[in-house]
Order: sequence, then structure tokens, then C-alpha cells
Amino acid sequence: MAITLTEKAAQRVEKYLESRGKGIGLKLAVKTTGCSGMAYVLEFVDKASSEDQVFESHGVKILVDPKSLIYIDGTELDFKREGLNEGFEFHNPNVKDSCGCGESFTI
Amino acid sequence: MALLQISEPGKSTIPHEHRRAVGIDLGTTNSLVATIISSQATVVENSFNEKIIPSVVSYSKSPALVGTDAIKNQIIDPENTVSSVKRLVGKNIDDINPESFSLILKNHENTIGIKTIQGIKTPIEISSEILKYLKNIAEDRLGGELMGAVITVPAYFDEAQRQATKDAAKLAGLNVLRLINEPTAAAVAYGLEQKIEGNFVIYDLGGGTFDVSILRLSEGLFEVLSTHGNAQLGGDDYDQILAEWLVNEDVINNDPKVKESLLKIARHVKESLTNIDFFHVDEKITSTIHIKKKINQSQFSELTKSLTEKTLTSVKQALRDAEINVEDIDGVVMVGGSTRMPSIQKSVQRFFNQSLLNNLNPDEVVAIGAAIQANMLAGNTNDDILLLDVIPLSLGIETIGEIIERIIPRNSTLPIAMAQEFTTYKDGQTAMIIHVVQGERDLVKDCRSLGKFTLKGIPPMVAGAAKIRVSFQVDTDGLLSVSAKELSTNIEASIEVKPSYGLSEDQIALMLESSYASAEDDKESRALAEAKTEATQLVEMTKNALNSDKSLLASSEIKLIEKDLSLLKKSIKTNDRIVIRELTEKLNSTTEVLASKRMDKSIQKALSGKTINSLEL
Repeated sequence: MAITLTEKAAQRVEKYLESRGKGIGLKLAVKTTGCSGMAYVLEFVDKASSEDQVFESHGVKILVDPKSLIYIDGTELDFKREGLNEGFEFHNPNVKDSCGCGESFTI
Repeated sequence: MALLQISEPGKSTIPHEHRRAVGIDLGTTNSLVATIISSQATVVENSFNEKIIPSVVSYSKSPALVGTDAIKNQIIDPENTVSSVKRLVGKNIDDINPESFSLILKNHENTIGIKTIQGIKTPIEISSEILKYLKNIAEDRLGGELMGAVITVPAYFDEAQRQATKDAAKLAGLNVLRLINEPTAAAVAYGLEQKIEGNFVIYDLGGGTFDVSILRLSEGLFEVLSTHGNAQLGGDDYDQILAEWLVNEDVINNDPKVKESLLKIARHVKESLTNIDFFHVDEKITSTIHIKKKINQSQFSELTKSLTEKTLTSVKQALRDAEINVEDIDGVVMVGGSTRMPSIQKSVQRFFNQSLLNNLNPDEVVAIGAAIQANMLAGNTNDDILLLDVIPLSLGIETIGEIIERIIPRNSTLPIAMAQEFTTYKDGQTAMIIHVVQGERDLVKDCRSLGKFTLKGIPPMVAGAAKIRVSFQVDTDGLLSVSAKELSTNIEASIEVKPSYGLSEDQIALMLESSYASAEDDKESRALAEAKTEATQLVEMTKNALNSDKSLLASSEIKLIEKDLSLLKKSIKTNDRIVIRELTEKLNSTTEVLASKRMDKSIQKALSGKTINSLEL
């Protein structure tokens, strides 16, 4: 299994990294909080930790810590536009149930 | 499904806790709304991909139209289309020249009213339409309700104009996190607040107005030292000069249609000369007017030199007002679309002899600064919040006669500490009550009492000899601590209060209003209270002197003093300030004999039994 980005998501991340002027990639993680158990974390990475698993998709480095990987392995990150709003969406095969807003989920 | 944004390392927010906050540049001609998306300050586009929203509201149809749609109605239905409403916000009908506005202005419930097909509209209501429009596009873009907004206002806006802007936001359903000054927002956009200290110039040349502000940064706090500007000078004037150069003046002014096309061409030439050095105009306007002319950047710069010079005159004035030399300026920020003109960039650069801060889009820089500030205030970053808050009402203490001595004036930026020395009023006074009050009125009864404490243990001294230092300190959360210290013994007492506690904005506004309305009365009350205090002091002193040194005076002299003394005592009970003053002076002069005899006596006492040599002269 692996973590992947759609092409659109990869382009967007590259653009953000470029205008930010620093950063080696994208960090995906989960933390235990939110209204339905787990919540996603999406951050820029300036320095990788030694335990991080590194994936690469469409030229973008994705870093995931091993504990989070259990919850999000197989995830595809997409970039979507809904009306004027745009942002990233997790397509996570491990999710059984998510709260209405989609910011947190349970397995 | 919520769409997620990328956060800075370690700064992810908890789900449902990322607070959507925006910065709004509510401009005279155009308005913008910006927010932070994936760590990038971004100006939000409407559904037509427009970032710059004309500040125009049309009441032709209900609901009102805003922006480009409203501009279309400016031609079809000018009576019901309002532009430049910012010039009217927070103003009174007497403050403005109605002839400079084409729309009918009325005095409406103490403010200006504009007659439209949908009834009379106040500037606050019209501004709120623009804000509502910006709120809607931001909420669409961010996918949910906004928790708050930072709105920018010109540095020279007074309290009424600021309050009106807040009211407009409230009416639009926006929670105002803070109003910040436009030049401050521009400085924040360039991250200048992260420096330790410095003096900065914000040069803002828009389409129709020019503003320059001198800011001082110290400890993360921006203070506006001075502002200067010209409400009738902007990029449009450059177009006008260029249009006049293209043809002769009569042609321009005779036909409005020709004028419009000429100005359009001029504007195009001006904008083209930003990127290329040379432009060839070849345009047929009417059957008789065909313009064939060539112009290069330096010609254009020479042509419009007088306008650019005018802006620099304002800059010089602002520097003079701020008492700062050109050499002491640490950065120059360029704001406003017109600053793209190379001739302006060069002139300003030459004037300050340093490279300019101009790499952000000059149309967006104010909105971006406001968005950065809004993001911080909403708590979306771990960074310290910029400290730009001010004290809404003055803080002071009660002095003899129930008069207020102001220690911290209103509008002081937080945090702040100020101290003043006071003294005792009576001989042998060993305690002092410090009554902390808030408000703009001169008498205690018209202000708000915040708390009282007593400083005890002052060593007995004659009145006026003790030195009591009262210090006021307000921290960034608005918490006030007051301490009083007797300087010879270092005895201290203190109190802590939250001045804003329990005060609504309405109440603050009301307190301010009443202070303006009763300024005259307050002046009189203060003068009366001061006269009474002085008279009472003199009565006390005279009584004491008579008690101890009656023997020095002839009985006729004593009678005279006692008569004036009782007259003055009686007058203190009245409220006639002039009589009290007169009788005080009278008693002062009748007691002169007593005073000089007392003086002689004490000198004799000091000198008796001493030789000249033993005196320290």
C-alpha cells in the first residue's frame, strides 16, 4: 500500500511549496481529536523525522509517521473545487464512518 | 465533505476549530477581501474571477447590487447608484460640501441620508451592503461562516468614522475582530512588525487620493506618527494630463464623449508605459480627431512631474510633522495601483535614497496585511498577536474637589504605563484615598468609578511636602493595575481592575458623546471646584495662623481678617466662582501683614543667639 496524490493535488502542493519558498514536502497524519475520533493533519514539512515513511507521487514527497500510516494507508489525496471553495480531500479506504463535516472520522 | 488546507509545520488546528477570518480593505473606489489559505495570504475572487470589487452600490432593484453589476447601473440609473460612500461615513451633513456629491443628501436622524428608490439610505447602510457582498464571497470561498474580520480604515479616521465603520460591519453580520489603520496593514503585509523597531513610510497613491503615513515600530507596536495627503490627487490626474497632451484642451472639455474616450486612451498609454519604454498612439476618435503621437517613459515622467512633486511635498510635510529625517527611515512601502508607474518608483526611491518595498501587488497589500492580522486574532497561528489595541476611555484619579486628573489619555496604545506625582492636601495628613475613574468628563460624578484603595502610613508633614507617586499600568489584555507609593518611605498600596469590564460599546460611545456635549459645562465645573479647593485651603491656613500668632497683630487687623475670613467661608458654600475668587484674593491681601510678621518672627527665632559667622549663608 502507499499514499498517493492525484495529479491536481500534486500540482497544487508544488505551487504552494514554491510560493512558500521552502519545504521538502507534505506531511499527512492523524490525531485523536475531533467529533468522531480521528482527525487529519495536513502540513508542510521543513525537516523530515527519521521514523517517517516517505512516499513520492507525481514528484511530490509525502511523509507519514508509522503510527498514522495504520489509519491512512491507501489514502489518495485529491484537490477539489466546490463553488468558490477549494481544498484537499482525503480518500481514505480505512474509514468506516465520518462526521458530517468530514474533518474527523472513525475506523 | 470539508475541504482541507495545508498548515505550517506543527500548526495544524483541531478540527472544527480552524476559525475562518478575513481581512477587508474597504476602499473609497474599490474594496477587497483576503484570507489565509494554506499559509498563503490570498485575495478572494468572486464568481466572475474579480478580486477588485468596485465600492459601488445600486438600489435600482432589490436586493441591492454591489461591484461591477452596480457600476453598470451608474449609467442607466445614476440616481439610485452610490459610489465613494466612504467619504460620507461617520460624517454629519454639515461636514461635507453637498455640491461635490451628485446624489441628494438629507439630514436623516442626525446623519446623512441618501434618497433612493428603496427609501433613504445612510452611509452606514450603504457600506454594509459592500461588506455583506465581501462576506458572502469569502464564505463561499472558505466553505462556511466567518468568525470574524479585520477591517482597515485610513489612519486619519476619527472616532465617529471608526465607529460608523464598525456599525456597518455589524449590520452586515460581520464580527469585527479589530479595525486597523491602512498603513499599518501595509506594513504587516511586508512583515515589518517582526523587526524590533524602526520608522517606516507608507506611500499610498490610489486612483483618486494620495496618503502618506509615517509609522514608528517599537516592541511589536505600530504607532502612526503623522499622516498627510491630498484627497484630490491620484492616478486619474496623470490620465488627465496625458489626455491634454494628446490633443488640445478645448477638444477635451467640449464633448464629454470625446473626453471619455481620450481618458481611456490616456489610461491605456500610462499603463503600457509601466512595462515598455515607448508607446505609439494611433487612434481615430471622431471623424475630425485622429491622434498620431509617440511618447516614451521619460517624456511621460517629465509631463507629470508636477503631480509627482506634489506627492513628495506631502511626504516632506509628514516627515516634518513626525520630526523625522529622511536618513532615519528604515523602509518605504508602496501601496496603491498608481505606484506601479516607473516615474513614481524612481522619484520616491531617489527621495529616500533606498530601495522600496514594492514586490507585493500594490492593489492587494492592505487587504493582505488585514488578512494576516485577522488570522492571528482568530487564533489560527501560534504567533504572538500584534498589540495594536487602544484604551477606549481615559483613566485617571480623583483629586481634591472631586476633579479628575487624567493619567492615561484615551486612544493610548496597549500596553502602557504612566505615572504622576501627587501630594498631601492637609498638614499632617497620613493617608490618601486613590479613587480610580474612567471617562472623559472633568468631574468624578460624571465618570465611571473603577475602584478605590487607601495608601496609609504617610509620615506626617506639612501639606504639599509629601511626594506620592501614582502609577497606572494597562497590559495587553486591558487589565489595569494602579499603585501608589510614598517616595520617602517607599510605602505602597495597589489595586487591579479591568476597565472594560461590564462596559458595552454603546456605553463607551455614549460616554464619549456626553463628554463632547458637556465640554463647556465641565470646564466651568472644574474651575469652580478648583476655586473652592483653593479657598478652603486658604481658610484653613488663615485659621491656623490666627490661632498661633494672634498676638502679633493689632485688634483692628484681626477684625479685618476675621471679617474677610467669614465672607470667604460663606462664599464657598455658594457656586459663584467669581465671588469665591475675589474673596480669596481679598483675604490673601488682608493676611499679608500677618504673613510678613510671622515670617519676621520665625527668622528672628532662627537667628537669635547666633553669630553671623555661624550662619550658613
